[in-house]
Amino acid sequence: MKRILSTLALAVALLPLSAQAIEYTQVQAAKSSVVFTYQQMGVAVDGHFRKFSSQLSFDPAKPTAARVSFDVELASVDTGAPEGDSEVAGKPWFNTSAFPVARFVSGGVKALGGNRYEVAGKLTIKGRTQDVVVPATVTTQGNTAIFDGAFTIRRADFSIGEGSWAKFDIVANDVRIKFRIAATGK
Amino acid sequence: MKNHYTATAKALHWLMALMLFAMLALGFYMQGLPLSPEKLQLYSWHKWAGVTIFLLVLFRLAWRFTHRPPALPASMPKLMQLAAHAGHLALYGLMLAIPLSGWLMSSAKGFQTVWFGVLPLPDLLTKDKALGDLLQTVHVSLNLLLLVVVAGHVGAALKHHFIDRDDILTRMLPKRTQEN
Repeated sequence: MKRILSTLALAVALLPLSAQAIEYTQVQAAKSSVVFTYQQMGVAVDGHFRKFSSQLSFDPAKPTAARVSFDVELASVDTGAPEGDSEVAGKPWFNTSAFPVARFVSGGVKALGGNRYEVAGKLTIKGRTQDVVVPATVTTQGNTAIFDGAFTIRRADFSIGEGSWAKFDIVANDVRIKFRIAATGK
Repeated sequence: MKNHYTATAKALHWLMALMLFAMLALGFYMQGLPLSPEKLQLYSWHKWAGVTIFLLVLFRLAWRFTHRPPALPASMPKLMQLAAHAGHLALYGLMLAIPLSGWLMSSAKGFQTVWFGVLPLPDLLTKDKALGDLLQTVHVSLNLLLLVVVAGHVGAALKHHFIDRDDILTRMLPKRTQEN
């Protein structure tokens, strides 16, 4: 009963948003981004992926029914240095010839209040799947919704950086992933 | 006595001679290595040493301005004296410009310089690949120029010692090796 009440309260709180009854489904790749940051000998270094695609449906009236999947073309990595790009595409890192795509598929969405949500899902990189929880915020402007979020993975969980790179003294284990997905509604 | 550099000036001169040669060798060696953890480590060390050298040069300049170096021998033609001053000016200029260009190159390439992994130097430039590549060319060119000027510097010192037979070389050497 309590849960029904709180869901109702949430639905009421979200009413102004849902007034247009819009569902955001068309991902705008040009306005979206996937950036990563890691520590190299204690120095923060960042890079990004040029190519990715996403399937998304988000109805502000039913946020917890939202679904999202996200594919990143790992070979499109930009580490800031050409030799870095070819290195991380190779076998010890992403091994893109065998595992070209990193994929996130959402499971449940939890509303944290306001425009904050928590998306639980499965992240698969290099044939290894891990459960991840991704906090995200949603900002709507007209018929566009912007989803911003960041979460941290451990590269060792996905065997990213094997062999001589497996130690964390030069390249840290933690990798912070920041994303922005822009989607228009219809 | 008056004709010698101060012990501090001598120590700085020879310390920097060692460091510059080590850095030149390291710089040319590491950039040809395939990417590996060792390479990244060498780059970090190179950057730390570069910052250290830059600070030593500043200290050395401050020392030089407060401790007048011995005058050039009066027997030296005016033109040669001018050339000697120009050569030293070029050495100091390069010793400042080379670490600066390395630091700016790192910034433009998106790899911040953090001195000994502890003290972050601000990134004066934002990440810009074309600018990073340009600054890399500048950094390498300045080092090649340094090699040329240093060769002239060493050649001149040897000429003074063996041909002119003056005290230009010995006044930069430790006292006990002095002949008089």
